[in-house]
Order: sequence, then C-alpha cells, then structure tokens
Amino acid sequence: MKRTQVIALIFLCVIALASLFAGFIAPSYSEQFRDFISAPPSARFPLGTDELGRDRFARLLYGTRVSLLLAPAAALLSTFIAALLGGLAAYLGGYWEKAITTGIDLFLSLPWLFLLLAARAMLPLNTSPVTSVILTFLLLGCLGWATPARIIRAGTRTLLNSDFLIHARAAGISPASLFWRHLMPNLRPILLAQFWISVPVFVLSEANLGLLGLGVSEPLPSWGALLRELENYTEILHSPWMLAPVALLVIVVACLQVVLRTEDQIPC
Amino acid sequence: MLAILLQQARRILLTALIGGLLGATLVRLGPGFGVDERELDNRLSAESQEYIRSQNARDSNIAVFYARYLGGLLHGDLGFSRTFNRPVSELLAERLPVTLGSLTYGIAGGLALGFVLALATVLWRSPAANLAPSLLAGTCLAIPSAVIALLFLWLQAPGRWAIALVVFPHVYRYAKNLLVATWQQPHVLAAQAKGLGSLRVLFAHVVGPAAPQLAALAGISVSLAFGASIPIEVITDTPGVGQLAWKAAIDRDLPLLVNITVLVTLITLAANTLADLALAWWNPANTVEPA
Repeated sequence: MKRTQVIALIFLCVIALASLFAGFIAPSYSEQFRDFISAPPSARFPLGTDELGRDRFARLLYGTRVSLLLAPAAALLSTFIAALLGGLAAYLGGYWEKAITTGIDLFLSLPWLFLLLAARAMLPLNTSPVTSVILTFLLLGCLGWATPARIIRAGTRTLLNSDFLIHARAAGISPASLFWRHLMPNLRPILLAQFWISVPVFVLSEANLGLLGLGVSEPLPSWGALLRELENYTEILHSPWMLAPVALLVIVVACLQVVLRTEDQIPC
Repeated sequence: MLAILLQQARRILLTALIGGLLGATLVRLGPGFGVDERELDNRLSAESQEYIRSQNARDSNIAVFYARYLGGLLHGDLGFSRTFNRPVSELLAERLPVTLGSLTYGIAGGLALGFVLALATVLWRSPAANLAPSLLAGTCLAIPSAVIALLFLWLQAPGRWAIALVVFPHVYRYAKNLLVATWQQPHVLAAQAKGLGSLRVLFAHVVGPAAPQLAALAGISVSLAFGASIPIEVITDTPGVGQLAWKAAIDRDLPLLVNITVLVTLITLAANTLADLALAWWNPANTVEPA
C-alpha cells in the first residue's frame, strides 16, 4: 500500500469514528436554538447554525454517519444480489444465463439516475425520516447490482474451468454445495472489489437524490439533505462554512477512490 | 457486420418490449391508477358514472392494459401527462431537442478534454504529467453532478458544459489506461527502437490501433450524460427531458416518467449499437484491451 493510500485510509477511519461517536461530540442534530438563528461559527457551534437554529456541525456528523453506514449496507445488498445472479448465470448456463444476461443488459441500458427516479416515484414520498433513509438505500442496493453482476459472471465462468472445480464435480459433489462451498468463497476477491467500488457510487447517488429532494427526509440529516442548503448561493458568499458538507463529501469519496486505486501506473 | 446489426436490432426490440412491459406494470400498479375524479361529479347520471367505471375497468387486466399500451406506442400515442395536462408525445417533442443539444455539447466537450489530457499524459509519461489530470479527474469523479451543476449556476456558465465535466473523468481514465496498454505493445517498442519520434509513435502506432475502442467511448458516454442531465437540468432550470423526469417523479406522474425512461433507454441502446458497429467496421484484430 502506497503512502497516499495509508493517509486516505487513516482519514476515512477518523471520519468514520467521529460520525460513530457523534452523540458524544455533538449532542443533537435536530435541537433548535432559537436565539442562534443562522449564527456564524463559534466555539459552541463550530460550523454555525442553519436558518432553523440547528447546529450545522452536529448535523454534518450525524449526516456522515447516515451516509457512511448505509452506503456500505446498500453496497453489501447489491453485491449479494450481483453474486447470486451473476454466479448463477455462469454456473447454470444455457437459457438461465441468457435470461439473466438480458436482465443485466436491460439494467445497464437504463441511465442510473433515471432508474432511481422512476423507482423512487413509485414509493411513497411523504414517509417518515427513518423510512425514507431505509427506502433510499434499499433502492440503491436493489438497483445497483447490474455492473457487479456482469463482472462476477465473467469471474465465475473463468473459475468454472479451474481444476479444483472439475475435481469436485468428478467427486460427485451436489450442485448446491459446489456453488456455495467451492465457487462463492473463491469469488471473494471479486466480490470485495465490487463491494468497495459500489460504496462511493452509492454515496454520490444519495447526494444527488438528496439535492433533488428525493432522498432522506428532514429532519434526519444525510449528505444529500445537507447539500440542499447550497441552493441558496447568495448566502454562501457571506457564509462559506456552509460548504463544509460538500467539502467533506468530496474528500471522503476521493479518499475511497485513492484507497481502491490499483491502476494509474505510467511507464516512464 | 450484418450479424451485429441484426443482433443489436433484436436486443433493442427485446429491451423495448421488456421495458414497455415493466413500464406498463409500474403505471398499472402505481397509486391513483383507475381513479377518475369524474366519478365524484354529482352532475353525472348513474349510467354515465357506470360507463366511466366500465371504461376504467377495461385496463384492470395487466395483459389487456399492456396490449393497449403497445398499440398506443405503435401509433405514437405515449399517453397523457396529468401534471402538465398534455399528451406525453407533445412534451417529449418539445423537450427532447433541448436535452439532445446539451448532451451533444457535453459529450463532445468531455471526450475532447478526456482525450487531450490522456494523450498529454501518455506523451510525457512522467509522474508530474500524470498528477494534474489525475487530480482533476479524481476531483470531478468525487463531486456529485448536482454540485457541479450548482457550481456552473454560481458561475453563470451554460449547464451543458457541466455534462462535459461529468463525462470527462470516465473518458480520461479509460483512454489513458488504453493508451498506456497500447504503448507497452511490442510493435511500439520496435518503432521506438527504430528511432521514430514520440509524436509519430503516439499517433501512428498507439492512437491508431486504440482508435476503435476510443470511438466506442462516445457510445458509453451517452448513458452517463443522460444520467447527469437530470440534476444539471433541474438546477440550471433547463427545460429538457431530465427536468421533465424530475417533475414527473415529484408529482408521481408515472405514465410520463415511464415513457421518458423507456425512450432514454432506447436512445442509449441506439448509441451503444452505433459504437459496436463502429468497432466492427474497424479492423477488430488491431484492438487492444485496456489495462
């Protein structure tokens, strides 16, 4: 691991720990301090307060917790669906493979945000904040499986021709056992890579949905919900600390990319 | 070439049919389907209200509903938008050119920027030459497209160039990896050993063989650009299909939203087909997989 990757990993750990212990660092994300409406940064409110008198720093920490906990959860779900469908497509072959590949192609032909928008519109928009969080990330997890499924399918096809699987098959092992005990564990590196690649994609998708008003509902904060403040751009000129959520989001996603990076080797 | 054309035509038709079925199912199962406010109109007689109910009941069977939906599609009838109180086909005819115009500029800008920076990185092949474009691409990849749109709004710049910034990092990374992989091929080493200049090697022996896959990037970029068009059009208040889709989602206008999604899918598939045909037209034996 390169030095930049180590630094990025440490930064991610610090941010994750700070968001996990948000309750100790900043007491409440929804408490309204009516005497401090739109207050500038101070020792009490490091990022000031919003127009409802809520502590921006507390909301940023809790929003980070929501995004950083639930994006990996959604990535786990999408990787599981992808492993199941991609693995089964290659393992079963024939019509099953054709049907699943057609499904993958169909999902890949749909621009991601259009698909999310169509699916989100099907679900209730006036839900409770907690339900909206679950719905948003569940949708991301359920719809983001196509790209990983294609890669997992290719990986499974390669594995199917390996010696140990031919041996296992010749020894008369049942198909289910072959799939779960021999195939899936050997796909672990691909599954892990797909999981980590999906996390920043889901973080950014939630941010886009949030800014469009289709993400997590108020008063629960998430990065997407916090970015909605940026629409008031005349105020940002006087209160640049309002940019803290976008700065943190960009740094975290960039750190995730740095940690995941394996390419970019330029021959000299 | 003909085989590819037939295969792609079959794929597009299948996608349209499945997409249409999914769309029709979504509309059929969506909230408010089959409810007609005229049923609450006291001025209408019992027979009139019964007639309205029987008209709505015709669509309760999903197979019948889908057949009618497909029949309508064949005649160019995409349904009616409740939100805009206008036929969907009219709305699309009005807004699609706006989005397609933005996409053309955005994709062309993104491709140009990505290719030029990838070429520069490969030509100078030093960590320093790699750093600046990689940082720029990494930053653009880490910013949500909605925030890029806000940035353009603050700078009062046209929204279509925001699409270019969304497309560029993907083009840059793919093009750079492809060109680097081509640069490491034996024929390039042989050309360098014979004393050919860097520019000649780059354009004649690196860009040439990689050209088909670079051209195919244009097709892939369409999907990316369409996705980015929603937040960008919403935030920059551009009256295109992306903004229309967002309004349809907010107002739960499912017939409109589903038709937009199917249309966008078909355009994306058509662009990918063109890219595949371009690849097949070029000599595929010369192509190199990116690292």
